[in-house]
Formats: sequence, C-alpha cells, structure tokens
Amino acid sequence: MSAARPAAELSIETRGLTKRFGQQLAVGGVDLAVPKGAVFGFLGPNGSGKTTTIRLLLGLATATGGSMRVLGEEMPGKLNVVLPRVGALVEGPAFYPFLSGAANLRRMDAADPYGSAATRRARVQSALERVGLTHAADKQVRAYSLGMKQRLGIANALLAPRELLVLDEPTNGLDPQGTREVRSLVRSLAADGATVFVSSHLLAEVEQICTHAAIMSAGRLVAQGTLAELRGAGQARIRVLTPDPGTAAQVLAGLGLTATLGADGRTAGGDGSGAAGSGTDAALFASLPAAPAPAAAPPAAPPGAAAREDGGSAPAVERAAVQPEAVVAALVAAGVRVRGFATEQASLEDRFVALTGEGFDVVQ
Amino acid sequence: MLCALAAIPILIAVAVRVSSAVPPGRGPAFLDRIAQNGLFVGVTAMVVSVPLFLPLTVGVVAGDTIAGEAGQGTLRYLLVAPAGRTRLLIIKYAGAAVFVVVAPLVVALTGAGIGAALFPVGPVTLLSGDTIGTGEAMIRLLLIAAYLAVSLLGLSAIGLFISTLTDVPVGAMAATVVLSVVAQVLDALPQLEWLHPWLFSHYWLDFGDLLRQPVSWDSFAANALLQGGYVAVFGALAYGRFITKDVLS
Repeated sequence: MSAARPAAELSIETRGLTKRFGQQLAVGGVDLAVPKGAVFGFLGPNGSGKTTTIRLLLGLATATGGSMRVLGEEMPGKLNVVLPRVGALVEGPAFYPFLSGAANLRRMDAADPYGSAATRRARVQSALERVGLTHAADKQVRAYSLGMKQRLGIANALLAPRELLVLDEPTNGLDPQGTREVRSLVRSLAADGATVFVSSHLLAEVEQICTHAAIMSAGRLVAQGTLAELRGAGQARIRVLTPDPGTAAQVLAGLGLTATLGADGRTAGGDGSGAAGSGTDAALFASLPAAPAPAAAPPAAPPGAAAREDGGSAPAVERAAVQPEAVVAALVAAGVRVRGFATEQASLEDRFVALTGEGFDVVQ
Repeated sequence: MLCALAAIPILIAVAVRVSSAVPPGRGPAFLDRIAQNGLFVGVTAMVVSVPLFLPLTVGVVAGDTIAGEAGQGTLRYLLVAPAGRTRLLIIKYAGAAVFVVVAPLVVALTGAGIGAALFPVGPVTLLSGDTIGTGEAMIRLLLIAAYLAVSLLGLSAIGLFISTLTDVPVGAMAATVVLSVVAQVLDALPQLEWLHPWLFSHYWLDFGDLLRQPVSWDSFAANALLQGGYVAVFGALAYGRFITKDVLS
C-alpha cells in the first residue's frame, strides 16, 4: 500500500515524458503533476506540444522516453483498465456524418467493452441532455453546426461516469452561451469529484475555471502550479499617476525600483481642483520585485533553456523588500503630488507571454 | 456497392435478352449458353466480375477499414473508448470478410434470379458432360460463390494491411485494387511462371473444377491454402503495424 500513496494523490503524473517525430522534438522531458480533483489548465501556444502530450497520455501515440501514470496506473501498460475511467475530447470532435448524434454516441459506447448495452440508451440520453443537444439527437451529424459537434464531442466524453476528463480545446467554436455552459459543466464535473484536464490557449477561460495550470512552450513544460502560484511568480507592479514624473522617478530609484514612463499620460485639465502649473499627469510604472531575484522579466524565454522549472514549489508571498504602502509614503514625503496609485497583479497572460514569447515570434 | 454488383448479372441478362442471338464461342465464357438456361447468368456474371469488379469492391471495403476511421478522426475516439487495438483490427477484418462472402453471393443469386425471370431454366450440362438437375445446379452456383469468397480473403487481408499504413482511405483503396491488377498481369506473363503459384490471384478463375461430376476439390484446396497464407502473413503485418502505430489523425 505504501507505494500506492503518491499515486492516489495525482491523477496524472509524468516523468521526463518525451516524444520525437524523426528529428523533431514534439514533447521534451515533461514532468506533469495533476492533483486529483483539480481543474487543470494546460496552456501553450499553438504547436507547443499540448495535443501530443494528450495523445501520449491516452495511449494514442507511444512515448519515445519517460514514464507516466494515469489514475494511479502505469501507462500505457494498463491502458485497457484506465481508459474506461477517462473521458476525452481530443483535437476536436469527429463523428460519422451520416449517423445521427445519438447513433454516433451509441456506436462509440459500443466500442467500449465496459459500456453496458442495457443502460446505453439512457446514458446517451443523459449525456446529450447535459450538453443541451436533446433537440438535435436524431439529426444527422452532417447537419450539425461546429458548436453542436463540439458539444456532441463533450457528450461523448461524458457517456459514463469518469474519474478523469481530458478536454482538448473544449470551447472551440462555441458561442458565448456555449462557452458559459462548458464552464459550468466543467465546474459541476469537478464538484462531482472528477479531475478535469483542460487544454486551451484561451487564458481568460483558464483563469476563470482552473485551480491549477501548466504552461508548455516548444515542447517543454516551463511552469506549473496552482493559479495563484503562477500569477505570483510574475511580479506585481505599481502604477503612479502624478504630474511630477521626474521627482517620482528619483524617489522610486531611491527605493531600488526602475520606473518607466507610461504611454497613457493625459491632461489634468478636467481635474477640477487642478493646480495651475500641473500640466499633464504622467503614469509611471515600476515592477515590485516578487522574490529576492531582480525585477526584469525574462525576455522572451530562450529556446530550449527551460525557463524556471517551478515544479509546484511556492515562491509566493515572501515579497521582502518594498511594500506598496511604503512607496506611497516615500513619494508623498518627497512632495510628489500623487493623483493615483494602484498595484497591479501580473495577469496569467503576462506570465504566459513572458514564458512563451511575444507576438508571432513564439518559440518554436 | 452490393447494388452495383447486383447490376452486373442484370445488365448481362438484359443485354442477352434484347440482342437475342449470341454467336456461340464469342464473348465471355458461358455467354452463349444463357439464352438456353437462365442459371448461366449467375455463372457468367461471376466470371465477368472476377478480374476487376469484385477485387475493386473488396479493395474499397478493405482499404477503408482503418484508414477510413483515421481519415474521419473517429479512430482516435474508438481507441480512447477504448475499443482495444487488437479487437478493433479483428472486428474490422471480420467486417471486410463478411463483405467478401456476401459480394459473390449477391452476384450469383441475382444472376440466377434474373436468369430465371428472363430465360428458361432447366437441367445443366457440366464440363464433364454429365447433366444435373436445377437444384443441384444451384448448389454448384453457391459453391462457385464460396470459392470466390475464399479467393478474395487474401486480397482483403492485403487491403487491411495497406489501410493501417495511411490516413487517406482513397489511397489505401487504390493501392489494393492496383495490386490485384498487377498480380493478374504478372500471372499472365509466361516468363514469370515460377512466381505464378504464389500470386494471390493465381487460382481466381480455377473454379471450373466445381463444374465437374464428381466435384474435384483440388483447386479449391490449393486456393484455400494460398489464401490462408496471405491472410496469415498480411494479418500479422497489419497487426504489427497497427499495434504500434501512432494515431495522429
């Protein structure tokens, strides 16, 4: 029993998972750790190896190296025991266009040797109900819209009670209502105790539904942890709105912060009380050092060199040096007219872009 | 596809019926006999469809088995279900084998049916000179269909293997059909005589032995042995390939 203990806590665990296609490294040394019961966001730019990792996890492709455990069982050795407990949507839905939605689900369920034929109809019915497709159950799939196919794909993953759901881009092609429904569906699945592994590049969505996340870049896992840890690993920054940018910058420099002048300086004319010589307000930004490490964000993570394997350790709130309130006090003491002050937590998007690169120059 | 196969005997029967006189000894085997005995429509249709039409339909079905699912993307969902790779492959081959059995049967039965409708039916004179009754003749007809079914099992195993190599079903179908044609061309070249007994198409037209009294089973046995070998070899190749295949479609 002692050996089973760590396995019981992780739904998915990989060690040095690697997949090569000829010369090309699709997935390199990925160490995933997905806790049981988590809603785990699997992030990464297009082509960063997310879907390949999912294929490896589901036994569709054979790993070149490394080991993995899914639901506590060694994979791909225990494939036939594990997969019936896993529901999956892999790289978009795929169905027989000439069959109806319900017939497609029945056929897929028949392929599962554990899918009892006696309860098949009822299970198909309830899966369709869960994704709101009951009205189109008897329609040929060829007449479905993209969003309806996507829902049918999710229904396929829900044909039986699952302990783990692997959803690759579940909201692809869905309208805002559909996206909301998927979100609440994912939450309800997690509430039932299932682990949900969602791959996505929609960061806003991941921020809304996930408890944990991992970020892939060029086939490597560059960050992993709870959402708070991931955000915290990026620095918070302050924003000072003042008509005295020069003095303010000096004060900030005195505190060891590098200030940059924001682009959104605007006139103080509408400011009512405005002192005559005030001119324009300037917005100053400065990063608060998160950890003892220096401020500057890693500039577009160097390829290959896995920037910061966080691996779940928490570098969270030991923010030693400068507290925001101290900054304000120092500014006021120096006679800087502070008209606005805000601390901005780095968003997941900032973190994502910092780790995977900017614009179309994404690390390949 | 079965309808297309059924159309062959119908086409033959109607053509013979409309054009009345077929000079003896011209056209495909038995064609001149049809007007005398409707049962020959079935035999003629099978002879006509063996070189291309039956292999074509078998190639389409066998080539589509795995590649069709892969091309559609449903293969990954079947495997994740999990259907099990071995189980899926066996079921797919069984499906192709059922088609292989049904296809010649459709040709034979439709032929006998349309022949009986358009022409007189009576005792049949066999190649050995004996004459058998209508019931016995029907049994011989079904025997020929069974012979063809066995003949095509090898080709369907080849098609299954090719189907595991690609995600493009049309490619697998075309390759299978082309192979069947190539095999027949090689079989026709006297210079390659040493190769002939190994070609899967070698015994395809040797069902004449079934039209003798008593029935000579030699060619049936040789054919079954050869086809069994093809099924074993290409079945194993398909298994080896499919079990380790990365499903990326």
